[in-house]
Amino acid sequence: MTYADIVERYEPVIGLETHVELGTRTKMFCSCPTEFGAEPNTQVCPVCLALPGALPVVNAVAIESTIKIGLALNCSIAEWCRFARKNYFYPDMPKNFQISQYDEPLCFDGYLDVEVDGRTVRIEIERVHMEEDTGKTMHIGGSTGRIQGATESLVDYNRAGIPLIEIVTKPVTGTGAMAPEVAKAYVAELRDVLRGLGVSDVRMEQGSLRCDVNTSLNKPGEEWGTRTETKNVNSLRSVERAVRSEIIRQSGILDDGGKITQETRHFHEDTGQTTSGRSKETATDYRYFPEPDLVPVTPAREWVEEIRAGLPEMPRVRRLRLREAWGLSEHDMQSVLNAGAVDLIEATIVAGASSEGARKWWMGELARRSNETGQELDALGITPQWVAELVSLTDAGKLNDKLARQVVEAGLNGEGTPGEIMAARKLEVVSDTGALLEAIDAAIAANPDVAEKIRGGNQGAAGVLIGAVMKTTGGQADAKTVRGLILEKLK
Amino acid sequence: MTAISREEVAHLARLARLAVTDEELDMFAGQLDVILQSVARVGEVAAEDIPPTSHSVPLTNVFRPDEPRPGLTRAAALAGAPDSAEDRFRVPRILDEEE
Repeated sequence: MTYADIVERYEPVIGLETHVELGTRTKMFCSCPTEFGAEPNTQVCPVCLALPGALPVVNAVAIESTIKIGLALNCSIAEWCRFARKNYFYPDMPKNFQISQYDEPLCFDGYLDVEVDGRTVRIEIERVHMEEDTGKTMHIGGSTGRIQGATESLVDYNRAGIPLIEIVTKPVTGTGAMAPEVAKAYVAELRDVLRGLGVSDVRMEQGSLRCDVNTSLNKPGEEWGTRTETKNVNSLRSVERAVRSEIIRQSGILDDGGKITQETRHFHEDTGQTTSGRSKETATDYRYFPEPDLVPVTPAREWVEEIRAGLPEMPRVRRLRLREAWGLSEHDMQSVLNAGAVDLIEATIVAGASSEGARKWWMGELARRSNETGQELDALGITPQWVAELVSLTDAGKLNDKLARQVVEAGLNGEGTPGEIMAARKLEVVSDTGALLEAIDAAIAANPDVAEKIRGGNQGAAGVLIGAVMKTTGGQADAKTVRGLILEKLK
Repeated sequence: MTAISREEVAHLARLARLAVTDEELDMFAGQLDVILQSVARVGEVAAEDIPPTSHSVPLTNVFRPDEPRPGLTRAAALAGAPDSAEDRFRVPRILDEEE
């Protein structure tokens, strides 16, 4: 059964829960630092270790960051809300509960528009709430570090208490076959928004942006099916693969007359498949109640409006603006986005290059090298300043296309700025007309029949002579100049 | 009318990982019921215009600046742990065998 057949017969409904670690300097409820990769249990204090008598106090910047996120996602900001205790027993939280928000999130009822294949899909946001991250557990004694079969676990509480924001979408319907791409586009857009706000470093591979994907299938016109929740989705590509694989798996069960079990499933990066999480039915009964140690949060409307006024341009608005300014088609703009070249091209233009010139190199030679080596564009060692200098040299006619490519090659090898490379390698367009005329005369003498054709008005034949001149000058002539000189000579 | 049933107490005890005997269940269910019924009397005097109270102090927006302060040293943090290994807190097996 192909994917296309499946989405003919079933309508997928998806929902996404995204957790974002804020980039605050301190934890949510205590003043411990939040450096990534610190030695185990060196960023802990009585509050985040839940020692008796310790009391939490809310981080002001975490509240402000959450409001920023809510406003960027077009949410309403609560006038009054509280924290709640989510009770559970698991050693990743020493308190035996996590401070979270329950039925009173700080932000609610928003949306985020995302583009998929030139179509705008509005993803409705249910809520944005604050909570604290958990500690990291290492399982010992089992196979491959899994919790199953482990005889003991070791816990590092550095991460426990880092501000964590949960962003929950409403169910997304009507996307049909595009559901996996919509899910990916949403997480990508959300990541860009969060990065633009400067509230998190949003690195999926480091876990500062984590995603759980809910998926269900129903036949057209029927009620929504039972959903599964897929966890461990740690890259944008995995978001798409996880939804697709769940759609395929669930349709297989439904086609065989089976029932979908409501459960947590784990995504495996290597196989692209999901497997069932713990099958044992543990009724989630978290016994939420208002956190007595934290007083209500009531953001003043003036403060909210102040934060709103200070929001940066949203990525989607910026993309539309740049696409217009650069005169690109939607398709070309998408290529620029996919290559991760928007910021680089913009900076290159700021450094003085034309938009065509900037795009030509970033999307051409440099993108090719990035693909070949698997390095990001901004990790190639070439700066926007560098490209701007190259563009100005080509615009001034000092480098032709062929020479410029050689300069790029040398630049990628770390040989310096375009100017330095030209000097060191003696790469410059021959602008000495005398030397060019000499080469042109030789070319004409060697190709009398071609020269005759040009004299007879066939300007297209000039290509042969231009080629010959380029050969004698070792490629260091400007083809346009040579062409002009030839046509002048054979008028 | 009881405020809490014996089954509810058993359920809560399980969630709280408390091992209680049948006798204890009978005893605690009765005691908790008395406590809950007493507290419920507050509801009888609360008028419609009085919102439920979760905090006894009339405070809101108690925040602290986002400035790091040193916490505990690792040695001090681990000193209170029943057991530790590799600079981490060591805890017994999390899942039961059959899980």
